[in-house]
Amino acid sequence: MNSTDRFAVHARILHWVMAIMILAMLFIGAGMVSTASRAYPDLLAWHRPIGIAVLALALVRLGVRMTHRPPSLPADLPVLQRAMASAMHLALYTLMLAMPLIGWAMLSAAGTPVVLWPGTVLPPILAHDVRMFGWLRRLHRLAGYAFFLLILGHLGAALVHALIRRDSVFQSMARFGNRSMRG
Amino acid sequence: MPPDPVAHPLPRLALIAAIVGTIALLFAWVAGWLSPARVSGASIADALQANTGKIFPGIRRAHAKGLCIAGEFASNGAGTALSRATLFAPNARTPVSGRFSLAGGNPGAPDGRTVFHAMALRFVLPGVEEWRMALDHTPIFVVSTPADFQAFLIAGTPDPVTKKPDPARMAAFLASHPEARRFIAYMKSAPLPSSFANGTYHSINAFRFTNAAGETRAVRWQFEPEDRFAALDKTTLDRLPHDALFDEYLARAKQGPVRWHLVVVLANPGDATDNATVEWGAGHRRIDVGTLTLTAAMPEQEGHCRDFVFDPLILPRGVTASDDPLLAGRSAAYAASFRRRAREAPHADPVSTHQGAAK
Ligand code: HEM
Ligand code: HEM
Ligand code: HEM
Repeated sequence: MNSTDRFAVHARILHWVMAIMILAMLFIGAGMVSTASRAYPDLLAWHRPIGIAVLALALVRLGVRMTHRPPSLPADLPVLQRAMASAMHLALYTLMLAMPLIGWAMLSAAGTPVVLWPGTVLPPILAHDVRMFGWLRRLHRLAGYAFFLLILGHLGAALVHALIRRDSVFQSMARFGNRSMRG
Repeated sequence: MPPDPVAHPLPRLALIAAIVGTIALLFAWVAGWLSPARVSGASIADALQANTGKIFPGIRRAHAKGLCIAGEFASNGAGTALSRATLFAPNARTPVSGRFSLAGGNPGAPDGRTVFHAMALRFVLPGVEEWRMALDHTPIFVVSTPADFQAFLIAGTPDPVTKKPDPARMAAFLASHPEARRFIAYMKSAPLPSSFANGTYHSINAFRFTNAAGETRAVRWQFEPEDRFAALDKTTLDRLPHDALFDEYLARAKQGPVRWHLVVVLANPGDATDNATVEWGAGHRRIDVGTLTLTAAMPEQEGHCRDFVFDPLILPRGVTASDDPLLAGRSAAYAASFRRRAREAPHADPVSTHQGAAK
């Protein structure tokens, strides 16, 4: 297996670090709005800075993606599956940028300070407009749950490649180190 | 690596389905979809709406009847010993906007009711920092936890047929909640301020102040009026003109500034910081940290307060929440109320309509 069978090493690291962060964000987001206990403000206090970190990493990742060609998919993969894979990846890239931007924009429109940690507040990126807040808040929820479903599909597909098709796709993202796992 | 598909994919497909399904189930559990009884900001907002008897679109689910205020806070520097918040910097002058309100979910309710008179404030600090407060005229609250507050609202919710709360349900709630009985007795006996201008407004909940040296103390605070206290006649409350407090304050504000002193009360060792139904009582150090001067007042539609949320956990550096569970519950419920009214879009409130007509 030569190196072009795999994603660039920084692309692989970014992928897995962000996979953990984004899944954590979805669980934190859904969990915090489900409770009026102390978990609500505590989780919200993590949600904002981790979300902004996802935005920063997503921008770096976009740069990496534009400068490094990803490995090609196996030649025997049907055209429809290829198209689905690209559409899915495009949607994932879109959402990892859009979700934190919607979060930041919605708090801006709400007139609520975007506190990263005590004393550090991001400037608003939209003018105060309560109707706009109403729309963006709903969008943050809908897009968040769509994101989760998409990730479940993505995970399922990755596992099909790893466990059933047993082709190069899972390895191209998951294999670190130099030795190929199966000769 | 050449593809090497497995001969019998079914067991492995089942494994994949189990992995994906487990994550989905975990998510559903975290999101509360498997626990309909979990108390959330949304469930408290539901209870508030039911207790009010109807939804007033675009209006706050609590403290619905309000007016906007603006002015500034002048620090005297004494607060720096307690908290590094920039609000307390010596001679700092901080712009303030806010809202006076009466408790209850009906924006058209009459003023002559034995309910909270309330003041909400939004301090705009340097560096896009803010400090928001929502304060009531009583030093204590009716219950000590969000779950109890929700249960209290439900016990007082009108029956859809009789349009009246079931006295047996409230009696059952009160029987197991002596703190709520104490509060109701307090509300019955305590005088109601005759004006928004002469009320004292309390944080009720405890918070923590941390100063530049890193010392942290538990505190409560209150805004004490310069106007002399006078009480409404409780025996004739039902004959008070419908918008008496609102009309009076809007007129009063035109005559000149109205002032309060921000007095910080330090907890003594042993004071409960996690129970808003218990007053700290006498014998506490009280520190006057500066003066709030309100110079403007207008109905909500003209003012700049309606479209903000006065979430008591929007705090600057130097101030943090205490272990009082009500604070988290308030933050969650205010957020739920705010997102609902934002989605419905602002609607004209009766006070603004009435004031517009009176002009
Ligand atoms: C949860 C476990 C996850 C697994 C097992 C997994 C697995 C994989 C694999 C095997 C690939 C390579 C596919 C290919 O060769 O085209 C891939 C690509 C990708 N993954 Fe994941 N992933 C996971 C989570 C996530 C998450 C949470 C995101 C969030 C956005 C994500 C976003 C992406 C994107 C955008 C690509 C395409 C990369 C590109 O073509 O530039 N993945 N993933
Ligand atoms: C990867 C990025 C993000 C994801 C996946 C995410 C996900 C979520 C989810 C699932 C919810 C719950 C929605 C609901 O059920 O109503 C939520 C709520 C929320 N998110 Fe995010 N979010 C992200 C980024 C951000 C950012 C960057 C901010 C702000 C700086 C933010 C602020 C909020 C707020 C304020 C709430 C609602 C709290 C409430 O209404 O009580 N989010 N988020
Ligand atoms: C668990 C207890 C409490 C709950 C669930 C609760 C709930 C609410 C809700 C939902 C709102 C409307 C928020 C909005 O849409 O912007 C509100 C407003 C308000 N609450 Fe509470 N509240 C609680 C306790 C308190 C306490 C202890 C105080 C006083 C210290 C207080 C003072 C206020 C004030 C002043 C407002 C009006 C804010 C404004 O004018 O925007 N509340 N409350």
